[in-house]
Amino acid sequence: MSLRNKLQMAGISDVGLRRGHNEDRIATDPRLGLAVLADGMGGYRAGEVASAMAVSVIVEELRKGLRHNPPQRLDEDSGYTLGSLLVREAIGRANESIYQAAQEQPQCQGMGTTLVSLLFYDNQVSVAHVGDSRLYRLRRGEIEQLTADHSLMQELIDRGFYTPEEARRNVQKNLVTRAVGVDPTVNADLQEEPVLPGDLYLLCSDGLSDLVDDEGIRTTLTRYGNHLPEAAERLVQQANANGGTDNISVILVRALRPFPARRHGGWYSRMLDWFT
Amino acid sequence: MSAKLVLSLNGATLREFPLARERTTIGRRPENDIQVDNLAVSGKHALIITILNDSFLEDLGSTNGTYVNGKLVKKHALQHGDVITVGKHELRYVNEQASAQDSDFEKTMIIRPGLVSRVAPPVVRHGGAAAALAERPSVAHYPPEIAAQASPAPVPPQPHTDVHLPMAKVQVLNGAAAGKQLELKKALTTLGKAGVQVAVITRRAHGYFITQVEGPNPVVNGQPIGAQAHPLVENDVIDLAGVKMEFSFLS
Repeated sequence: MSLRNKLQMAGISDVGLRRGHNEDRIATDPRLGLAVLADGMGGYRAGEVASAMAVSVIVEELRKGLRHNPPQRLDEDSGYTLGSLLVREAIGRANESIYQAAQEQPQCQGMGTTLVSLLFYDNQVSVAHVGDSRLYRLRRGEIEQLTADHSLMQELIDRGFYTPEEARRNVQKNLVTRAVGVDPTVNADLQEEPVLPGDLYLLCSDGLSDLVDDEGIRTTLTRYGNHLPEAAERLVQQANANGGTDNISVILVRALRPFPARRHGGWYSRMLDWFT
Repeated sequence: MSAKLVLSLNGATLREFPLARERTTIGRRPENDIQVDNLAVSGKHALIITILNDSFLEDLGSTNGTYVNGKLVKKHALQHGDVITVGKHELRYVNEQASAQDSDFEKTMIIRPGLVSRVAPPVVRHGGAAAALAERPSVAHYPPEIAAQASPAPVPPQPHTDVHLPMAKVQVLNGAAAGKQLELKKALTTLGKAGVQVAVITRRAHGYFITQVEGPNPVVNGQPIGAQAHPLVENDVIDLAGVKMEFSFLS
């Protein structure tokens, strides 16, 4: 089932004001319900290579994988849907490709990339992320960050060492503790979230989230959310107005109407009435 | 070279302690990782948290305080060369690779364990996080500008925040189904009555969250939740379509 009429997508990747080149990479496929954003790292432009490889491998793997696997089907062992597992597998493939290229080419040594990806199906979305690229959701006027950064700052907050306020003052925000392509395997965080008509999803690189706070994002999405390309443009402008210190990438996805998988009883046919 | 602490008293080195674990405790009692047997030192004096290449010091409410380079501190991000003083003893922090000290870059960087050897050291398998740690390959991934400084060293502790999120369940508290329970095995569990009130509980890296899907907002501990997902903690009571249920972790 194509999601072209159920989802609206728009994205921009901007070099920012202070960098010579753009190491971010984005891709969207509204038909598949797929959005991927990667922020590459590594010297001598290797970051560009890593993010480009990650995005192309993931899109390619999912195009293949979704041809034969219904993403809404549940894998009882893991508790995840096939959609989530396909995403995890695709990220694993991307990791292998980047890691191998880094081993073989001296100029690519140490390259890696952060990643956030969304796969929509059956009124839900599989969210995967590695590193500090983020997913936000605007629902009924409220903004929520759905991913937790894999960063030194977040790890210290998670361990109760610093409050978020203390961490912002004492720890550098740009040290990530996980990335795609730096080890033979990667541990992506995977989650599944229900999608409601009207939801607006924002994937972004730290070039946006470091320079525009949640409230700034919320205000812009609320004001310009009816026209996604403009909303994306405005977010990039905001980050550039605040210094544009890094590449800035955003993808916006609006859920226009329900998109249940075709089966009896709609998407919560697996709903549990066990207590009635 | 991995991070370490060099313990000394009156200028004489007593012992070196590698910071090889996520948590290293300092205190007078023998159960501490770094025992400093002196009455000026509290039983549980200070704690060091190590994440990849970086270490962070916290005073645990000690009687005489913890000092870094002569200044009283409660929490401190350690930098190469810092001298920690507890009582009369000094602990010098040695770590030339601490990421946190490179204060001038804006670029995002991957923190990598400080090692370059391609030959993995023999490992003894432990359970849980220790096993995951031991299985990590010993290959350097430094950006080129840092690679030159790298030298062989043991693998520092890895973050493993989400690896061991415990399983959880909900148990019905009222009505005919009272006592029934459901383990939250799925990444996304749907609860409620179609056409009346439906909510989902999602499993994320940091815990379980409840989100409204259909009908009025579910009530948690007497308070309706908002449009954002609401984090669930032990013994939270969820009220959904007139059915009360309690959330709890399986130990």
